[in-house]
Amino acid sequence: MLGPVLETLIGGLMTGVLYSLVALGFVLIFKASGVFNFAQGAMVLFAALSFARLSEFMPLVLAFALSILIMIALAYVIEFLVLRRLVNQEGIILFMATLGIAYFLEGFGQSLWGSDIYKIGLGLPTNPIFILESVFPGGLLIDPVELIAASICAVMVLVLAVFFQVTRVGRALRAVADDHQAAQSVGIPLNRIWLIVWAVAGLVALVAGMMWGAKLGVQFSLSLIALKALPVLILGGFTSIPGAIVGGLIIGAGEKLAEVLLGPVLIRTFDLAGGGIENWFAYVLALTFLLFRPQGLFGERIIERV
Amino acid sequence: MRAPSGPNIVAGEVLLAVEEVSLAFGGVKAISGVSFDIRKGEIRAIIGPNGAGKTSLLNVINGFYHPQQGRIIFKGRRRSAMRPYEAALGGIARTFQNVALFKGMSALDNIMAGRTLKMRRGFFWQLIRIGPALAEEVEQRRRVEEIIDFLKIKHIRKIQVGKLPYGLQKRVELGRALAMEPDLLLLDEPMGGMNLEEKEDMCRFILDVNAHYGTTIALIEHDMGVVMDLSDRVLVLDHGVKIADGKPAEVQADRAVIDAYLGLAH
Repeated sequence: MLGPVLETLIGGLMTGVLYSLVALGFVLIFKASGVFNFAQGAMVLFAALSFARLSEFMPLVLAFALSILIMIALAYVIEFLVLRRLVNQEGIILFMATLGIAYFLEGFGQSLWGSDIYKIGLGLPTNPIFILESVFPGGLLIDPVELIAASICAVMVLVLAVFFQVTRVGRALRAVADDHQAAQSVGIPLNRIWLIVWAVAGLVALVAGMMWGAKLGVQFSLSLIALKALPVLILGGFTSIPGAIVGGLIIGAGEKLAEVLLGPVLIRTFDLAGGGIENWFAYVLALTFLLFRPQGLFGERIIERV
Repeated sequence: MRAPSGPNIVAGEVLLAVEEVSLAFGGVKAISGVSFDIRKGEIRAIIGPNGAGKTSLLNVINGFYHPQQGRIIFKGRRRSAMRPYEAALGGIARTFQNVALFKGMSALDNIMAGRTLKMRRGFFWQLIRIGPALAEEVEQRRRVEEIIDFLKIKHIRKIQVGKLPYGLQKRVELGRALAMEPDLLLLDEPMGGMNLEEKEDMCRFILDVNAHYGTTIALIEHDMGVVMDLSDRVLVLDHGVKIADGKPAEVQADRAVIDAYLGLAH
């Protein structure tokens, strides 16, 4: 029994890392502008589509570099055409703007690159790795793609955490998130900060898109994994980079374990069908958190005097 | 009260001038053809009834609003509109009517944010935090601690500003503006919502800033007693139009000003 459970746990944690990567994109933009960027999922799809189609007729490295440029250009266009005109507006207005950007990107990405299912061949080893064969019969199965994805994610998170927590830019980011006008008044260049953050969020979306694309193929439904990032954010807190990571791990591992452990119980005791736990478990967990710790595990609790 | 410095300042060098500025939001005219100047080293008050266009004028000066007509001359450079970043870089700092602090950050971090433009080391140095970058961070911290001492807010520096009482928030906000070492400090109702004791403290800080650092100050204030005591010259606006401009005593005796405040002669 322990062997399969451990295997499920490891698989769940690896998937969790990928959730974290998507959630990270949200956190970056939320920290810098106080905006929940609904377009993050669409950015993942758009980045993955760009990379997949470009890699069909050029080396992977070149396709990656070009995709980075595309995401930076996209950040610039979004900043110039949308965000710059909405400075000092209410958060809900900026949120609506990202809603518009999301649907535009989803559609435009398909107009530009096509709407079939595309494969991303990263040339990663696909043969499963078995570990601890001496302890458990048959060993524990680990998917090397997930292992590599997890490592890349870990490195990215580390770099971003240092970049945003330790530097003056970090302080500027938090300042911008709290109050646009006040940030401008002390000479924080709002436009440049937003450009940096959207570009970095675009880069994160690209990496997330490549990893998910390698796993599932690049297709429209990729933009829906953004919805899985929501419970991760609620769990970890919208403003915390470590929160996105821990939240992702908990959700990833939790839903897989629930499927394996809770499923049979439901079937046996309540005579339910028992499937689909993976689909709702994360949200129930998030709802529970909302009730008892609305700022998330690592979120900042802002108390305002009224 | 500030009579000794008065005559020199009136003859002094112009730091900022606003010429024939008009600003409208749709059909609503906020400012109509206002001209005035702020001279180096003075405390300049802007007064007027509610909706007179005082805050709009401040927003024009530091670039939040771009006027449809007129020019702004700052440090000898003439332009049709300021931009917030330019204004900050040029040495204009400000506080806000309703306190605009970074609520999630500590008082110390808020004031440190005011040093943004003073910190010049690139990303790379900041990341590794050794050598020049560390020296810079330490130096900036020292300057900020000086300001904290000056404003007597040492005891609250690690506290999240959202939790502070209003009067102290206003003081932290002043600290953030001072951290920019501004040439021109714009204060939007620095004593709004304060009790008498807090007002007296704030008055003293404003006078000290002006005296010690030689900072030029433009402030909006409703309390007439405060305005008369503090300022070298007073600009009076009503419905977006300049109705008087001069020394406190002159303005106080002005017929148009009295009418505007008492609502006569309409």
